[in-house]
Amino acid sequence: MSTWIPLWMHKLASPPTFYRVAGAIRPWALALALLLGAIGLYGGLVLAPPDYQQGDAYRIIFIHVPSAWMSMFIYAVMGVAGFVALIWRLKLAEVVAMQSAPIGAAFTAITLASGSLWGKPMWGTWWTWDARLTSELVLLFLYLGVIGLYHAFEDRRQGARAASFLAIIGVINVPIVHFSVVWWNTLHQGSTVNVFGHSKMAWDMLWPLLVVTLATKFYYAASLCARARTDLLDLEGGKDWVRKIADAEARP
Amino acid sequence: MAMNPSRKRRLTILSVIVVASALAISVGVYALQQNMNYLFTPSQVLGGQAHSYKTFRLGGMVKAGSIKRSETSLDVHFTVVDADGAMPVEYTGILPDLFRDDQSVIATGHMDGHHFVATEVLAKHDETYMPKELKEAMAKAHAGKPGLGSRE
Repeated sequence: MSTWIPLWMHKLASPPTFYRVAGAIRPWALALALLLGAIGLYGGLVLAPPDYQQGDAYRIIFIHVPSAWMSMFIYAVMGVAGFVALIWRLKLAEVVAMQSAPIGAAFTAITLASGSLWGKPMWGTWWTWDARLTSELVLLFLYLGVIGLYHAFEDRRQGARAASFLAIIGVINVPIVHFSVVWWNTLHQGSTVNVFGHSKMAWDMLWPLLVVTLATKFYYAASLCARARTDLLDLEGGKDWVRKIADAEARP
Repeated sequence: MAMNPSRKRRLTILSVIVVASALAISVGVYALQQNMNYLFTPSQVLGGQAHSYKTFRLGGMVKAGSIKRSETSLDVHFTVVDADGAMPVEYTGILPDLFRDDQSVIATGHMDGHHFVATEVLAKHDETYMPKELKEAMAKAHAGKPGLGSRE
């Protein structure tokens, strides 16, 4: 492979090494996700003061916004992994892309459902076809399309490559979701939290939101590690390293 | 960059396809720009921009003091304003919790003469979140401009 990729990345990309490293990361990531999730949700649901405008109803933001960010973040990861999978035919990249899709689809579904629950009391409707809501729904369909295409092929690696292609094309939707509230008149409000600039949220409310966001990142890491490991065992079924693991676990 | 020829070829093909589809989608979205606008403001409606639509969405702020509710039914009359236009609206039904003076609303309906008959009224809220006490303190400090959260 090319010389400009560091050696440790080559090593990490080999299935047995990744299997071992992911196995080591997973419990820590899961523990951090649970801990930060508990702290963030306690901060958001109990400690944070009610909003001047929406009262307690705004608290669904602590679920809705971190999920929405993850729905876009995971899609971007899937796109990059799909790109690497198509160019370098790297097995691990295929696994990362394909195993990210169901996690991302779940976060997207949570975003849409929590947004709907929030929209009814505040806006007065469960759903409306504005640019933000519609593009997020398109994101869900893209995830489902990637999952469906992957499973439509007899050969898993061929399926992964076809689905990676769809994933890459769909990446174009991610900036559309993000900027939809800027480019068009929408019912959905603009961005509250700005990475480069002042966020339009009091600090008492902002820190729990950021902590839950961090928790969802760790959850994704843990979930991806678990899914990728299982998938690697399946894909590399006949190989020596898998047999060794199977033998070790079969021993009483 | 030492890349073998087949990888290089795949990279080229994929990049061309991605750039081409990004362009195609951008052009498509740009062409839809006008249709994708969710609402018209009162001044846009008065300027005739909505006249080709039988039903459309009217968006703006509820003029303070303009809300008049009927004593005996769910009829409500109010005026929606933007920077340079005002549109009287009539509606029958239950309004969302956030509906009040100076709130952004989006009404779906049609024109009937010089006023707008709404079949649905939605409240829009902004992206600012802060505790009530902070809002009141800020309103006292500089007469009502909704601003940014503090970090103390």
